[in-house]
Amino acid sequence: MSSAAAEPDFDVIVVGGGPAGSVTAYLLAQQGLSVVLIERGEAPGAKNLSGGVLYGRVLDEVFPGFAQSAPVERRITRHVTTFLTGDSSVSLDYAGGPLAEPVNAVTVLRARFDPWLAERAEEAGVFLMPGVRVDSLLREDTPAGPQVVGVRAGDDELRARVVVAADGVNSFLARSIGLRPQPPTHHLAVGVKAVVSLPRTVIEDRFAVSGDQGAAHAIVGDCTLGIGGGGFLYTNTESLSVGVVLRLDDLVKHGRTAAEVFEHYLSHPVLEPYLRGGEIVEYGSHLVAEGGLEMLGQIVTGGMVVVGEAAGLTINSGLTVRGMDLAIGSAVAAAKGIGEAIAAQDVTATGLAAYRRHLDESFVVKDLRTYARAPKFLERPRMYGAYGELAAGLFRDVFRLDGSPRKHLAAVARDSFRRSAVSVRDLVSDGWAGVRAL
Amino acid sequence: MSVPERLAKNRVVLDEEESHIEIDQELCRTTGTGARIIAVCPAGVYSEQDGRIVADHAACLECGTCLAVAAPGALRWHYPRGGFGVSFREG
Repeated sequence: MSSAAAEPDFDVIVVGGGPAGSVTAYLLAQQGLSVVLIERGEAPGAKNLSGGVLYGRVLDEVFPGFAQSAPVERRITRHVTTFLTGDSSVSLDYAGGPLAEPVNAVTVLRARFDPWLAERAEEAGVFLMPGVRVDSLLREDTPAGPQVVGVRAGDDELRARVVVAADGVNSFLARSIGLRPQPPTHHLAVGVKAVVSLPRTVIEDRFAVSGDQGAAHAIVGDCTLGIGGGGFLYTNTESLSVGVVLRLDDLVKHGRTAAEVFEHYLSHPVLEPYLRGGEIVEYGSHLVAEGGLEMLGQIVTGGMVVVGEAAGLTINSGLTVRGMDLAIGSAVAAAKGIGEAIAAQDVTATGLAAYRRHLDESFVVKDLRTYARAPKFLERPRMYGAYGELAAGLFRDVFRLDGSPRKHLAAVARDSFRRSAVSVRDLVSDGWAGVRAL
Repeated sequence: MSVPERLAKNRVVLDEEESHIEIDQELCRTTGTGARIIAVCPAGVYSEQDGRIVADHAACLECGTCLAVAAPGALRWHYPRGGFGVSFREG
């Protein structure tokens, strides 16, 4: 039998049961295509971990009213951004009712949330195969060039017209055919997280929220011992998600271990009161792609497209950190593009380029372009030390009446600034770069 | 709470037959990969014993951070076989 005549087992094979994979599979099944969703975990979500905030508007377009029916934790109506020093903190606290409706950001725990998404796909007719690791891609040479025609898992081979690589940040599938090179370490970070259980009422009292509303804290400075990155503290229904994200090049340069930085963060005097009495119920980590637009390289080849974090889709704007909404946005674009390519009977790289066009027109690439300068800006080291010290020093002098004659605020600010490690030149340079990047 | 104590809270299905991590000792030493993977792994999978880098694959959280800082060829790291490894209940 010639390989060209081999009949595919499915129209589409989706590898990876996270938000990108499940939503792609769901939307393709809705178009009447036969779809298999292969997941290496014993169930979807079992291998997945994120800080936990999902900006939900795009998912609400796919599943209207999902925040009522899906297992989401809390609606985030309070965003706190904090500069932390060894013994002080300076915060900006936005609490806004308008963030409650329509759905904006919700916290999720992936082991509960991802199975719900996969169930929606199954309901639409997707065949779910959990507990199966895809080992490699099947490829064939065609007149149009090499074409992905399926996957191999152990001794089994499955064939399809199109393979969707939704296999996460490490995407061994995309890497195996040279589609995406290994990213440099300044574009990668390691996220280290614990889930800390606490009674619902304790969470609501400590974070000043009520009902199904919650808070998201983003923290920079001493939480990472000055290493590029930051800390987070998110409220779930009956637990907190608490962790740090550490840029790999800077972590190695500082000579620290990820575990020791995480330990330092949990025991920080500013953090400790939030966690007091809580019990760690899970400890996890996740590699984070932080390169933004620069990391969105080749995402289409003959017979295959790459979606979600496998395509490097994340944005860190300094104030918001996004991944899952971009994954879902890429899923919507991929399902459209694949549907068109299959209908036109052209699943070569040329036919599947429809995915890239839809992605370029979507909020995903538009937002990546807006924040294209953010990763470079966030590599400036003063963000993680000197500015926090400056702000903390200023407010200390404002509030500490130590018997010395008072000065006007402008003079206090000038003194704090002179004492700090920040020069006028730094401030102008960082300020200008920040305005352009964020 | 130590890292091993925190890890003890996780659900893991250990693959007794094969490890998903293989180390090239020579390359690990000459490229400095050993020190880097010990530093970045949040689970403390890697340690140095008698001048060799050893991996405790049972502790692995499957994030892939070690592979990201390893020199080419110094570390062979892939996902555990289907159904094995860490299984998040929270995530």
